[in-house]
Amino acid sequence: MAGRASDDGGIEVLYPRGFWQALSAPGVLWLLALFVVPLYAIVATAAGRLDPIFGTSVPEWNPLYWQPDAFRFVLGDLAAPGGVFREVFLRTLGYVLAAVALSLAVGYPVAYYMARLGGRARSAFILLMVLPFWVSYLMRIFAWVNLLQPDGLVNRVLALTGIMEPQTWLDGRPMTVVLGLVYGWVPFLILPVFAALERIDAHLVESALDLGASPARAFLRVTLPLSAQGILAGTVIIMLPMFGDFYTAQLLGTQRNAMIGTLINFYLTQATVGPAQARGAALVIILAALVSALTIYYLVATARAARGAAR
Amino acid sequence: MSEVAVAVPRAAGSLRRLRARLSNPWRRPRLLALWGWLFVLWSLVPVAIAILFSFNAGRSRSVWQGFSLRWYFEDPDLSVLHDPVLSHAVLQSLKLAALTMLIATPIGVGLSIGLARWRGPASAAANLLMLLPLVTPEIVLASGLFLVFAHLYVVGGTRLFGTPAQLLGHVTWSIPYVVVVLRGRLFGIGKEYEEAAMDLGASPLQAMLRVVLPLLAPAIFAAFMIVFALSIDDFVTSQFLSSGEGSITIPMLIYGTGRTGENPSMNAVATVMLVLSLAAIGIAASVLRLVARRRGTPASAARELLRFEI
Repeated sequence: MAGRASDDGGIEVLYPRGFWQALSAPGVLWLLALFVVPLYAIVATAAGRLDPIFGTSVPEWNPLYWQPDAFRFVLGDLAAPGGVFREVFLRTLGYVLAAVALSLAVGYPVAYYMARLGGRARSAFILLMVLPFWVSYLMRIFAWVNLLQPDGLVNRVLALTGIMEPQTWLDGRPMTVVLGLVYGWVPFLILPVFAALERIDAHLVESALDLGASPARAFLRVTLPLSAQGILAGTVIIMLPMFGDFYTAQLLGTQRNAMIGTLINFYLTQATVGPAQARGAALVIILAALVSALTIYYLVATARAARGAAR
Repeated sequence: MSEVAVAVPRAAGSLRRLRARLSNPWRRPRLLALWGWLFVLWSLVPVAIAILFSFNAGRSRSVWQGFSLRWYFEDPDLSVLHDPVLSHAVLQSLKLAALTMLIATPIGVGLSIGLARWRGPASAAANLLMLLPLVTPEIVLASGLFLVFAHLYVVGGTRLFGTPAQLLGHVTWSIPYVVVVLRGRLFGIGKEYEEAAMDLGASPLQAMLRVVLPLLAPAIFAAFMIVFALSIDDFVTSQFLSSGEGSITIPMLIYGTGRTGENPSMNAVATVMLVLSLAAIGIAASVLRLVARRRGTPASAARELLRFEI
């Protein structure tokens, strides 16, 4: 942190008592009311009861009266072979893992190239890489809806060049949705990997080569391990939104491609019958637990790496 | 026979040459360059085609039928200007983005200055509270917001779904971004200017208003623009907190009718959204760049854009 600590010479003491607290208060109160309370509402709804008249889910704000029914139902369905939640959950897991693996395969070389570039070319390349961040995700996926229509440009090009028979891309095939996820999120993986690769001291690779390592070996034993933190960061950064994604599957797939997000969107906000909302909330908690586990793993791994580097 | 005899050593020769080239670590990375630039093409061309076809004179989404502004203004029923659903979505997006910007930025500025100076355990907790939304998946926060607006924050028997709930939701996850954008600048300024002002007799409040805030002005302006762009592009929060017809934003429109929508006016609406958010970000990056240059630190617009992430 820049500036001086608040010893006697610190200028904090010149300000009236509570000045900084007062400046922070609107933001803190806002986040308490509209971030913390909503997160609590998810748990309260998942563990809530049913309205005696309408039979719909009602949140139970008092933890003493929490009911595990919705959790039991969702977890039971996740465990039961043939359960709807289980099917969707496994599909989401499969899509996300496939999309992350593909993103790494596509994105790592791009990040590597970016790190090797210099001067003007590098600035131009970075600018082009960053542009998609500020184009709405929905628009970027929608652009593919145009291209993948039966009479769209992709099929036209395929027919013209004869590489492949024209396909019905949007008929619910998993590949289209997985490629959509890769297209949507891979820029978010490239930047952290680039940041890690850029920090690597070129002399280390040169020494490996001077000591007789083949370029492939130098890459595998020096460059790759040194960029591991970037790979981890990029992977976690794209996995978090992918697990909650439901719009990619909606735009590029059919009902057959429903993901966890699709179920949450449906059970929580659309289905209002019976305990649907409690089950939707339980799904959100399971998703949040999965995602938190990933984030915590990332933070622990980063802290360990930082400690290793400091030693 | 003789052809094969000639071909084999030639192939072996070119193989040897290929191997020699591949094992030279200082070779020009041609394959890598090809991959990199192909990636850039792959990432930008689909969007460019969508923009291009928003100017198509005909209905086709794949055959170019001449340039026109038909889908923006000219078509009396289907253009963005004349189709009530499309024009309403544009207005709703703009309204939300403008209001979010005006509410989230001042709150975020206060929080960033407060958190930078306030010491103690409560401050650490507040800092954590500020950072948590950044690592929370949007669908989780949107679900929670949906539930509180359905069950808890009900004003006089009416639920806030629609513009009020959407606005409150957008502001919530914009605040941390404002803090992150300002924080870098705040630590960069340090406390010396404030100290000098107070040595010269300024009251703390004067030092804050007449010294610190003007120094922060470019970053505050950038924060305004970033919040605007984030809000324009947002989908999940708007979708979960909408009240149906009246509060459809542009991304929601794309989500709802993108698959079935037959005519290129969808492309035109999407292009409007893209222009709005890119313009906001472009202005923000240019302002930060200008300020950095005046201070004598070299910075490129691309670098400034990179800083916005995370």
